[in-house]
Amino acid sequence: MAQVTIENVSKTYSGDMRAVNSVSIDIADGEFIVLVGPSGCGKSTLLRMVAGLETITEGSIRIGDRVVNDVEPAERDIAMVFQNYALYPHMSVRQNLAYGLKNRGTPKPEIEKRVADAAAILEIGSYLDRKPRQLSGGQRQRVAMGRAIVREPAAFLFDEPLSNLDAKLRVQMRGEIKQLQKRLGTTALYVTHDQLEAMTMADRIVVLNSGRIEQIGTPLEVYRRPESAFVASFIGSPAMNLIPAHGESGNLRVGDHVVAMTNGHAVPESQITFGVRAEDIRLRGEGEDADMELTIDYVEELGAGRLVHGRIGGAKLAVSLPSGEPLSDRLDLVLDRDRLHIFDHATGRRVRPETETAG
Amino acid sequence: MHKTKFLDHVILLCGVFLMMAPVVVAFMTSTHDAVAVHLHGLQVTWGGHFTDTYKEVLTKKGGFTGEVTGARMVMNSFILGVGFAVGKVILSMMAAYAIVYFRFRLGVVFFWMIFTTLLLPLEVRILPSYEVMTKLGLVNTYTGLIVPLLASATGTFYFRQFFKSVPDELLEAARIDGAGPFKFFFDILVPLSKTMIAAIFIIMFVYGWNQYLWPMLMTNEEGFYTLVRGIKQILLVWVGSQIPEYNQAFALAILAMLPPVLIVVIFQSWFIKGLTESDK
Ligand SMILES: Nc1ncnc2c1ncn2[C@@H]1O[C@H](COP(=O)(O)OP(=O)(O)OP(=O)(O)O)[C@@H](O)[C@H]1O
Ligand SMILES: [Mg+2]
Repeated sequence: MAQVTIENVSKTYSGDMRAVNSVSIDIADGEFIVLVGPSGCGKSTLLRMVAGLETITEGSIRIGDRVVNDVEPAERDIAMVFQNYALYPHMSVRQNLAYGLKNRGTPKPEIEKRVADAAAILEIGSYLDRKPRQLSGGQRQRVAMGRAIVREPAAFLFDEPLSNLDAKLRVQMRGEIKQLQKRLGTTALYVTHDQLEAMTMADRIVVLNSGRIEQIGTPLEVYRRPESAFVASFIGSPAMNLIPAHGESGNLRVGDHVVAMTNGHAVPESQITFGVRAEDIRLRGEGEDADMELTIDYVEELGAGRLVHGRIGGAKLAVSLPSGEPLSDRLDLVLDRDRLHIFDHATGRRVRPETETAG
Repeated sequence: MHKTKFLDHVILLCGVFLMMAPVVVAFMTSTHDAVAVHLHGLQVTWGGHFTDTYKEVLTKKGGFTGEVTGARMVMNSFILGVGFAVGKVILSMMAAYAIVYFRFRLGVVFFWMIFTTLLLPLEVRILPSYEVMTKLGLVNTYTGLIVPLLASATGTFYFRQFFKSVPDELLEAARIDGAGPFKFFFDILVPLSKTMIAAIFIIMFVYGWNQYLWPMLMTNEEGFYTLVRGIKQILLVWVGSQIPEYNQAFALAILAMLPPVLIVVIFQSWFIKGLTESDK
């Protein structure tokens, strides 16, 4: 168990391809950090630098008190779970678990004890003598987890470990991994491109984009107060509505509509992108003024509610509404003023509100 | 549909007949005695002298020196076949390991050097090879017989392709598990390559067993004769002024054919597995 400190780490592949750009993360002991971002943003590269499978171009990585930049993977006191599990195909489950310990010269009785413990925790005891190819995907996943926990490492590294499982199993394993990590109290660094995994598992989420950190924060912080339009669009499902607009004497002008800003979040007089989540929009109530009028394109019934897709002016907008009542072609909508997000049009950085009001 | 099926079988049967008939004739002829063969030519029926002929072929001392027996030649052939196959597997596996897993200086150059040996089979470089072996005093030794044959690229290529198909994550997992280059090779790669090794062993055994030209140059002591090389020599002497012992010639030919056939038949399933699928 240890903290992991990533300090101004960059990775340049041959040429000037910067896969990871000056990334710093302080991971507390026992914390579950999820690295999330679109494909090719450098998540795996960063993780592999922590594992020691990739050299570090600039910066330093510390595990515990030790700078590990030049330490062999085996000596870094980490364990890694791979996307395709990377179990040794010719070894039984037992041998797979024991191999790393054997190489370290752990005494036999100790190995047996740890393997038995891990098998009990993960409920893989009944197939310890099978080969990986005789296991289902979910079972292999467990074995891969087992191989990580028998080492009793300072940190777990996961690279999209659930992406080869079907949806249902993924949800189940998500919970199990999270529980297991809390129980063992081992620091974990988890890579995924699935924002839902990030939201449900993380103590803190690190959102990466083109090798840079967009935002670090707890799932709720990242969800409620995205630091950039990129984070806003990436975290949450459905994605936050992002609509080009501009300020007009402190109010928000979207196409023909003017949204009056009454609570002091005056909008700057410039081209901006305004964001609002589908659930922060509602139908106009009795005696209220509508902020905008939505022309419905189509409706998705989700059971618990419905997602209405339509457009205002030229821009697309999704609205989350309760199921039931039939809808007309046009809806009068009201925006929740406290939950509007204003981003700079050019940089995508957050402009308003500067402080957390959406609580 | 039925008609094509029938035709298919006819074609296949023709093929089988063409391939098998000469072998059957050779075998049947070898079971007759020399006189019968001399008088009536090739035989297609069972002659009843099976044990006599084969016993004589295997144990009768022949050659100029009268020292080499059929059994001795079978043994030599085995030494050549097995030695060649084993050496080849080891050498090519190690070369492929270096090429695939290590980034070393001039790696690409070495790779292409190995590649070009594909264009230089033994027959092309036979004179220089012979020269080198003579200078080293390796004529009439098993070493001289086997070693110069080992250096070629075929095995290396098979293993290179195979190693490349082994997922990178396996190497990474092994590195995290504390396996260095030696451990990774012996604990992971060798066991994974089992079927591949078997397939290459078989191919190379047959290739080594059937060598003719090189043993011919390298061995002039009859104690080192291989079967394939010895048949003719021995027959020349045995024939002398008597009736040519064609039955014995055929028996030797059958003996020379048998081990490669047996090996392929017995290990067939492994062989196919090694060349088509992999245990990953
Ligand atoms: N060995 C390499 N040589 C050159 N470029 C590489 C190498 N490995 C990765 N890259 C590049 O670095 C960038 C980041 O790759 P990385 O594998 O970290 O992405 P990722 O975020 O894990 O994506 P994914 O979700 O698809 O796995 C990509 O643009 C990729 O093309
Ligand atoms: Mg990746």
